[in-house]
Amino acid sequence: MEINRHIILLLVSAAVMLAAPFFITSKFYIDVLTLIFFTAYIGQSWNILGGYAGQFSFGGVMFFGTGAYTSSILLTTFGIPPIIGIVFAIIAGALLGFIVGFMSFRSGLKGSYFALITLAFAELLRVLANSVEFTGGGVGLFLTYAPGLKDLQFKTPTGFYYFALLLMLISIVIALWLERSRFGAQLVAIRENEEAAEALGINTLKCKIYAIMIMGAMGGAAGTFYAQKYLYLDPPIAYSIHLSVEMLLVTIVGGMGTVFGPLIGAFVLHIVNEIARHFIDTPGLSLIVYGVILIVIISYLPNGLIGLFRKRMKKSKPTALDRLISGDKDA
Amino acid sequence: MLEVRGVTKRFGGLTAVSSVDLAVAEGEIVSLIGPNGAGKTTLFAMIAGFLKLNEGDIFLNGNSIAGMKPHQICKFGMVRTFQITQPFAGLTTLQNIMVGAYAHTNDRMQAQQKAEQVADIIGMTSLLGLGADSLTVAGRKRLELARALATNPKLLLLDEVMAGLNPTEIDEIVAVIKGIRDTGVTIFLIEHVMKAVMNLSDRSYVLNDGKLIATGTPAEIAANPVVIEAYLGHGAASEMAGE
Repeated sequence: MEINRHIILLLVSAAVMLAAPFFITSKFYIDVLTLIFFTAYIGQSWNILGGYAGQFSFGGVMFFGTGAYTSSILLTTFGIPPIIGIVFAIIAGALLGFIVGFMSFRSGLKGSYFALITLAFAELLRVLANSVEFTGGGVGLFLTYAPGLKDLQFKTPTGFYYFALLLMLISIVIALWLERSRFGAQLVAIRENEEAAEALGINTLKCKIYAIMIMGAMGGAAGTFYAQKYLYLDPPIAYSIHLSVEMLLVTIVGGMGTVFGPLIGAFVLHIVNEIARHFIDTPGLSLIVYGVILIVIISYLPNGLIGLFRKRMKKSKPTALDRLISGDKDA
Repeated sequence: MLEVRGVTKRFGGLTAVSSVDLAVAEGEIVSLIGPNGAGKTTLFAMIAGFLKLNEGDIFLNGNSIAGMKPHQICKFGMVRTFQITQPFAGLTTLQNIMVGAYAHTNDRMQAQQKAEQVADIIGMTSLLGLGADSLTVAGRKRLELARALATNPKLLLLDEVMAGLNPTEIDEIVAVIKGIRDTGVTIFLIEHVMKAVMNLSDRSYVLNDGKLIATGTPAEIAANPVVIEAYLGHGAASEMAGE
């Protein structure tokens, strides 16, 4: 029943979002929606490892940045068009996921230790990107404006809107697949109790590595999207902590381990952000607003905004987030 | 079916399990008893692959499983339950059992069917829709058993499934365990509830201070002076005999 409701909800919202550009004439609002879908997509990538498998990462941006550099360097140095470059970006993201996952999960890193090691990897890559030649170093990479499907660039904001919508819908389909597949059940079992999961025949190491590889692949594609939309890339953009925070924020605010949590979170945060900017135009204000929202959500809605729509559980149980915050070693 | 040869585990200077040999044959219910801190759970953890052994070897159906990961051992048909229950708290009872059932199928419907079947055997059909965190102690113990059984084991390692249960609940779970054995599953269990040990097991091993001190039928064990002294202290056996 749950699954059917998901699919109906998905089809209805997809129809609305597909039709939206015909009714919204303002380029500004189309751009805001594009950004919402992009954030929802990257939030969903975080959700797979963080929400479903319970492995929190603070450095999710590393896959985004690596994917962005992969397709951009392929384009600027080798002239490979981004429509092929995005495939390599996906592969690069998954490969980085494998490396980080293999190294940290094999040595048994969990909870805040794993989260911090991902942050360290992202920072390491930022410093590396700054110091090597082929990334353009601190100067950055400039991409040429060449609208067309081959370059994944579009003349109008509506083109990017549909591109972001496509990515977001794919991410929802991945989450739906997790909800009903054995792999998804195994990830959730790992989140709830890793030792018991292992006892019941789940190869927990392999499952966690697969999860981070999916996250990496999705992040890689997001990088290409971003590079082709904004046509400029430098280390602080590619490996910005801000994006790492945003992807976990939208997921926690919307509801971790749920299909629509990241999308709901992205909508709410961007709308709040736009409203706040309307009243006080101070750089960095969004971070303050995000911080306040995060504190309120964690305190009063540990299951996220989506928890409001769900039947209240009889007993409130500690979520994976509570365990991380309280420093429980099982988190 | 299961053979443990010269297994030793040291934690720093403490030898928790010291060159233990034991064997469990197919279709048996064998119990492992002993005072608190004797090393029973440590031995179980090694058999199930959760702890590495310092010395010795463990064979399951003739294949050495020492050094294997728990999930690999589970695939070979041996699965353990935990003394301190480890439910997937955020999931329902059905979802908990389905995780076990997924060990041998990729198909959601099949896993659900298997889980429902197992719930019926264990007697928790009415609890399937409940969250695992709302189960009572007895319910959680049953859930441990159900999840393990859903993986289609040939050999079940049960670590104190009766601890914390009242006499009625113990009688119920003893019947369930006998029922599981009758379906062809071999059972090796750690237990403190003597009534259940006497009632259930074909043979018992007694562990004290990491060493096996006795083996035999439950009746032989209960009469063994070495065992009585291990539980009640030095001289207890002769005092009891003198009465």
